[in-house]
Amino acid sequence: MAALGPLSRITRLGCNFCRNHRLMFNRNSQKRGIASCIDPSYGLTDEQKEFQKVAFDFAANEMAPHMAEWDQKEVFPVETMRKAAQLGFGGIYTRPEVGGSGLSRLDTSIIFEALSTGCVSTTAYISIHNMCAWMIDTFGNDEQRESFCPDLCSMEKFASYCLTEPGSGSDAASLLTSAQRKGDHYVLNGSKAFISGGGDTDVYVVMCRTGGKGAKGISCLVVEKGTPGLSFGKKERKVGWNSQPTRAVIFEDCAVPATNRLGEEGQGFNIAMKGLNGGRINIASCSLGAAHASVLLAKDHLLVRKQFGETLANNQFLQFKLAEMATKLVASRLLVREAATALQEDRADAVSLCSMAKLFVTDECFNVCNQALQMHGGYGYLKDYAVQQFVRDIRVHQILEGTNEVMRMIISRNLLTES
Amino acid sequence: MGVLITGTNTGSCERDSPGHVRYNSVSELKWRPLLLRIRVKPDNTGVVTDGVKHSMNPFCEIAVEEAVKLKEKKLVKEVVAVSCGPQQSQETIRTALAMGADRGIHVEVSGKDYETLGPLQVSKIMAALAKKEDAQLIILGKQAIDDDCNQTGQMTAALLDWPQGTFASEVTLDGDKIKVVREIDGGLETIKINTPAVLTADLRLNTPRYATLPNIMKAKKKKIANVKAADLGVNLTSRLEVLKVEDPPQRQAGMKVETVEDLVGKLKEAGKV
Repeated sequence: MAALGPLSRITRLGCNFCRNHRLMFNRNSQKRGIASCIDPSYGLTDEQKEFQKVAFDFAANEMAPHMAEWDQKEVFPVETMRKAAQLGFGGIYTRPEVGGSGLSRLDTSIIFEALSTGCVSTTAYISIHNMCAWMIDTFGNDEQRESFCPDLCSMEKFASYCLTEPGSGSDAASLLTSAQRKGDHYVLNGSKAFISGGGDTDVYVVMCRTGGKGAKGISCLVVEKGTPGLSFGKKERKVGWNSQPTRAVIFEDCAVPATNRLGEEGQGFNIAMKGLNGGRINIASCSLGAAHASVLLAKDHLLVRKQFGETLANNQFLQFKLAEMATKLVASRLLVREAATALQEDRADAVSLCSMAKLFVTDECFNVCNQALQMHGGYGYLKDYAVQQFVRDIRVHQILEGTNEVMRMIISRNLLTES
Repeated sequence: MGVLITGTNTGSCERDSPGHVRYNSVSELKWRPLLLRIRVKPDNTGVVTDGVKHSMNPFCEIAVEEAVKLKEKKLVKEVVAVSCGPQQSQETIRTALAMGADRGIHVEVSGKDYETLGPLQVSKIMAALAKKEDAQLIILGKQAIDDDCNQTGQMTAALLDWPQGTFASEVTLDGDKIKVVREIDGGLETIKINTPAVLTADLRLNTPRYATLPNIMKAKKKKIANVKAADLGVNLTSRLEVLKVEDPPQRQAGMKVETVEDLVGKLKEAGKV
């Protein structure tokens, strides 16, 4: 990979070394060498530290070296994700009876945060896949769980979450894709937009209208690729998240067995929102990983780059800026982990906390990554340096899984609704 | 870290357990600092390790992997992972358990004893444990990446009067013998040694596996026994005293000369010629 002049030592996080060389050069130490205030393993149990270690190692060895290539060539890294699934990352919070790892939301957050340091885009897709596997596991009947979950947990098959439509994003409950009951099938008509993995994935968890208007008329159907009437739009060209294809998913008289319906008719919106609560924690966790990696990159740069006769690290403005970035990072991490714990315990404040975490963390971590880029000066703008990819990749976290504006709606509703 | 392998299923060694061959494999795990920038302590007695993250020595990881592989091939009955050090070195034992070791032994050594703990003391501990656990195979990493001593394996073999297969890049169990391909200066050397034996793992022996999430959870239930060096009858006093640790001298700038005569002249001046 190219490196420039005096900054040739500023390399992408661990991308130079294959697994064996890692032994000799302690590349991992670039991320975890000196214990510092932003160490993400503080406060974790021994077991969680083990999970985190595996995730960090996997990210450093299997993802970070390819992060730039996957972004540039728009590669959907199926083999790497399947390797991750072999370690148990395919269904982290899905139940073990159907092939999942049965871990908690907090364990999941820790794992995605660590994986994200290797590649945000791929980790974010893995989190969406996990969300779909969980939805089928939680709301499906035993036949559905046994039919779909094992393949999803091993990533033999990949999943996509289909809620958004061209005409309904934030106003998700106004979706139009219809599912008319015809005998023992539902016939779907309509289209979904911006579907992550769309076209390359095998299992589509689709929210569609079986009843009247509003949220109560929505059901959740599992549609398999290859079903006649299921087609896809063109692959979108995006600013980031390029290691996952994004396409429209189109239904034209697409007949889906009624046995593929998760839960009852009218329960679909509820299922979708419950999925998103966890999804929001996962996305926020991905932002955390990117911010963590960016702070380390910025720190390394400050220690090496010299201007005005001394290293940038001697400049008080930059010292203070780095301190602020570190503080925001740690505050974000604490909020995400608390939200994960609340969701796991099904606390009364879980939904609001997940929304707050998503809102706060995606915003703050984007700022952290952006400032890290600024600290790199001109080099930060070059694709040879990883920091720009972190910035581009996490920008979309402020938009999807519920825009940060919708997060504010959820929180204010909680505050202002008379109980 | 060494892997004491207890119980190889070759059937040629009868031991006390009912009907089963008990080969124990023991791995001695070294808990290493991950050093980013090495800083010498102000009093020149050593290197700063406070606040530096530590983890398993890479060659020890390879040793554990080899032991687990032997168990998966059913050539070995039980893999025991051993580490000597302070409380935190239990983390490395847990990692070994998550990779597939059956149980762990933590020999608690802390404070002053830990600072002076060297290969001789560790090999005495390993020898004592090998006898206690009735081990047939000890696998260690060839050297630790902090002190690069490359002594523990060899000393352990000597103390037990067992054959050693060091710098192993390939290990094959063959009846009651072990074929070891060693990486030596001149190339590769293949030797056949009797069991019980000590092996030390070199870089190319294998690629250590990632612990899987389910294995990490299963590892929680595996036991780690706590043992004191004194219980094994091992005296930890070091016969070595570190006098001084200092940074290598700063690189001096070189000199450029125009002609060969100048070069010879300068070398003579410096007394090199």
